[in-house]
Amino acid sequence: MSQDLFATFQTVLVDTFGVPAEDVTPDATFEALGLDSLDVVELTLVLEEETGVKLEDEELEDVRTVQDAIDKITEKQQAAA
Amino acid sequence: MNARRNVVVTGMGLVTPAGRGLADAWNGVLAGKAAAVVDEELAAAGTPVTICCRVPAYDADAELGRGAKRRLDRFTHLGVLAAREAVQHAGLVDVDDDPERIVATDPDRVGILLGSGIGGAETWADEYPRFLEKGPNRASPMFIPKMLSNTAAGTIAIRTGARGPNMTVNTACAAGASAIHVARDLIRSGVADVVLAGGVEAGITALSISAFAQMGALSRNGDPAAASRPFDVDRDGFVMGEGAGVLVLESEEHARGRGAAPLAVVAGAGASADAFHATAPPEDGGGAVLAIQRAVEDAGIDPTSIAHLNAHGTSTPLNDVAEARALRKVFGDHTDDLVVTSTKGVTGHLLGAAGAVEAIFAIQAMREGLVPPTANLTTQDPDIALDVVAGEPRAVTFEAALSTSMGFGGQNAALVLTRA
Repeated sequence: MSQDLFATFQTVLVDTFGVPAEDVTPDATFEALGLDSLDVVELTLVLEEETGVKLEDEELEDVRTVQDAIDKITEKQQAAA
Repeated sequence: MNARRNVVVTGMGLVTPAGRGLADAWNGVLAGKAAAVVDEELAAAGTPVTICCRVPAYDADAELGRGAKRRLDRFTHLGVLAAREAVQHAGLVDVDDDPERIVATDPDRVGILLGSGIGGAETWADEYPRFLEKGPNRASPMFIPKMLSNTAAGTIAIRTGARGPNMTVNTACAAGASAIHVARDLIRSGVADVVLAGGVEAGITALSISAFAQMGALSRNGDPAAASRPFDVDRDGFVMGEGAGVLVLESEEHARGRGAAPLAVVAGAGASADAFHATAPPEDGGGAVLAIQRAVEDAGIDPTSIAHLNAHGTSTPLNDVAEARALRKVFGDHTDDLVVTSTKGVTGHLLGAAGAVEAIFAIQAMREGLVPPTANLTTQDPDIALDVVAGEPRAVTFEAALSTSMGFGGQNAALVLTRA
């Protein structure tokens, strides 16, 4: 599951945000990937389309890295299952 | 009055359908070859008019940094590219370190004043269908910052570090000239030492072209190369263009203090409203007369020293005649001595960018002693009694030029530019 989510992140970050694929690692922060706060909001919209899970503003507060976001989405998917 | 600071031009940047960069654009208008083509996107959308003048293709992410294509509207791209050339031309940056960041003077004393008629048109065109399809909860957070018409000026400030007054004026097709007017006044009054002033526009979308066509404003000529024909008896409307022109304006004292060579003086500026009609000028030239008179008076020069006019000259039947009448009213018999061109024959009508781009062409004409020809002027309208240059550039040496701009809403602007 989380491997699939990582692949989704990589695709979105490369295709939508133009991040070089090799820069996308689980512990990469969004800041280090060149995403600012508006980009992160946009990222949540694209991810919602891909995963069906929407990360709300308050849930983003402690999300800094790709892995943080994957964990949060996984948590919500499991809660919904 | 004596305390007024003299305002000079120390740098210029252009992105136009006639060419990218000052040299290419200038050579493009000198060649007198229309830049208009049938646009594939417009043709595919089935718009009533499919011809327009595009700027040369560019790769936004490569030239402006990763994410520029996604985060910035096209009009901002063009503005940043023109501003970059202008600050480099003025020697305000250390190109080896950063192509845009101002280091040659205190950036807190550098303002930015741009004109734009429409702002982020392409962003509206792209995002609204997406919104309808995906719903309110998927509206892009990028939409507002991309489409706001002041975003080009804001983006240039972020990139150059200029923290002086930062404003965007909108007087439709006079906006580029209006921006130069206001920028000049900020320097003249001592609010800023340097102001990047100009116009930016990228308004070619299927929606805007269709709407301009429905107004009857656009040429329906089937031959793109012949469509924009200012002052010609067969003119039938303008051709939409896009582009940007940015000038570095500076107090003469400040320019000389840092060893920058002035290219020209912004000697006079005038503005007015027709107070008449949403889109049509009054037949007698109306408010344009006032704007030109005010610019000449403001310059404090003998009107007969003005030898060249870069006309608004849109190629619409109403505009070109009204402009000729306005000139006659202001200049009387001296009108016959004005060497006139409309560079819109080549570039099309750049709307909010036009006034700035054409002011730059007027300055180039003065510096080079060459007035570019008006493309497609084969038979001059007998109702237009002006000495319009056609065919080849004309060699003329002169000390002062006028550039006129008239916007929908009846807003007029005129600039008098003199030799430095």
